[in-house]
Amino acid sequence: MSASNKHIILKTTDLSIGYQQKKKQLVVVNDINLSIEKGTFVAVLGKNGIGKSTLLRTLSKVQNSLNGTVFLNNKNLSEYSSKELATSLSLVLTERLPESQLTVFELIALGRQPYTNWIDSLSEEDFTKIHWAIEQTEIKHLQHNRFYELSDGQLQRVLIARALAQDTEIIILDEPTAHLDMHHTFKIFSLLKKLVDTTGKTIIISTHQVNLAIDLVDELIALSDKGLVSGKVQDLIDNNTLEHLFPKEIIKFNKTLRQFTIHKNN
Amino acid sequence: MLSILLVILWFVNVCLGSVSIPFQEVFSILMGEETSKEAWQTIVLNFRVPKAITAILVGSGLSISGLLMQTLFRNPLAGPFVLGISSGASLGVALLILGSSFLGGSLLSMAFSNWGLAIAASLGAFLVLSAVIIAANRVRNTMSILIIGLMFGSLTSAVISVLAYFSEAEQIQQYLFWSFGSLGNLTWEELLVFSIIYVIGIFGTFMVIKPLNSFLLGENYAKSLGINIKKSRNIILLITSLLTGVITAFSGPIAFVGLAVPHIAKMLFNTSNHKILIPAVIIIGAIVLLICDSIAQLPSSEYTLPINAITSLFGAPVVIWLLIRKKKIYV
Repeated sequence: MSASNKHIILKTTDLSIGYQQKKKQLVVVNDINLSIEKGTFVAVLGKNGIGKSTLLRTLSKVQNSLNGTVFLNNKNLSEYSSKELATSLSLVLTERLPESQLTVFELIALGRQPYTNWIDSLSEEDFTKIHWAIEQTEIKHLQHNRFYELSDGQLQRVLIARALAQDTEIIILDEPTAHLDMHHTFKIFSLLKKLVDTTGKTIIISTHQVNLAIDLVDELIALSDKGLVSGKVQDLIDNNTLEHLFPKEIIKFNKTLRQFTIHKNN
Repeated sequence: MLSILLVILWFVNVCLGSVSIPFQEVFSILMGEETSKEAWQTIVLNFRVPKAITAILVGSGLSISGLLMQTLFRNPLAGPFVLGISSGASLGVALLILGSSFLGGSLLSMAFSNWGLAIAASLGAFLVLSAVIIAANRVRNTMSILIIGLMFGSLTSAVISVLAYFSEAEQIQQYLFWSFGSLGNLTWEELLVFSIIYVIGIFGTFMVIKPLNSFLLGENYAKSLGINIKKSRNIILLITSLLTGVITAFSGPIAFVGLAVPHIAKMLFNTSNHKILIPAVIIIGAIVLLICDSIAQLPSSEYTLPINAITSLFGAPVVIWLLIRKKKIYV
């Protein structure tokens, strides 16, 4: 692939992420220089509390960066209006939805809000996009159910459909398989991979399913105590980055298996 | 269907009162025809019609405020008065009535006019509301606003207790009567002011349908859908305070309706979509208060019970019954 074909959709320069507490800055990760191409499936890996969510929240402007800049389609993220951003980037979060009587269809239709008029009526195009999203995620049989009736796996598909209906170039998902069993975890991963391959969307997830991610995603962002390293999966295996992901006493990375394995000492 | 019920109930409400006037006579008075008794015409046109209109405005206004608060705070227990607005209004009225003995003179005469009470209540509501909104813009968490509102409520109640402790029985009684709530006593002039503010509030509510629906997903999703959280939150707080402020000013702190009606609407219509809920809540709110007021008239007797007692006395069992039948409650 020649360099001119590449379209960098998301880029950060000297980004510092963390929290502003009164006058003190609590830096989580420093000097992040990422560049993500359009149409890639990216997974953010790292142990609990290392800053995966903070990174995703900063990239999606849910929280502000401490320093440095994020560029979305070559435009500074801070210059995006909230409406403009809503048509470029959509989210799937880990937080529980507040209780309500929304149906699956209504929930997905809320993804069209950036495009609807002041009273939120759906146009022909809105319906087309919603039905497309429902088809892509294979939840047609669920669309008239209330969302609280769904299993965790089904709900995750619905939330992904909502993000798809929002019709954005990038979808960011924070631990989309957090409450799922192995079967449904794999199904979500392959759904996301299919979406990247068939729609050309860029999908960024954070996940603890490290072995599955190594198998299925295009690029990794590895967060460890040594900082952030990103690149193609094979490159990160070759340059030994993955070995530093977890404390070595228990979990080791096996290069030949391309997997993390557990070492029991006794 | 509900709208037809509303019209019928409104007419029934106009027909009821301590002076009994035949249905046909009331109808012809409303149609602008001459009646056999001059007094009846005055009673209907200057007392009962304003009162029935007030009931509609108060019922729907409080219910809309309750719906807004329940959605904003994603809390089914929220009502129009969670922001401490009724406490603020009560404080204003308490200062006027109970404090008049300390200050005497001009305040004393003001205390006995409707306008005096309305202005005092509005000022009190406005003061507490400004404090809540200033505090709201300093906290990131919407739930904190709920607690701040409750705290302001406690604070003002405490001040009222102190005032009451040092007041005379007669003034305490007057204050107590105000706190019972009343839909009557509004002149056409006062009703006009009331209606203008009400219309602004309801119009505003239709403007925030989109943010309200997006809040059903939580604030982070709402933000990711392009909703300006702070702006929407402030507009919702402002609408609620306008509506509840003006209602409390003219009719006293009417309990229960604002909390219960949104739940009745959600259960009847089985939806959380505000495009359906807002009109439903307006109509059901008006119906509920018209029924409560008709009961408060104690048909065929010359007594009128305090509206505040009726709303809770008859409303609470209805909601309990609905809940037991449906078993689940939603924001």
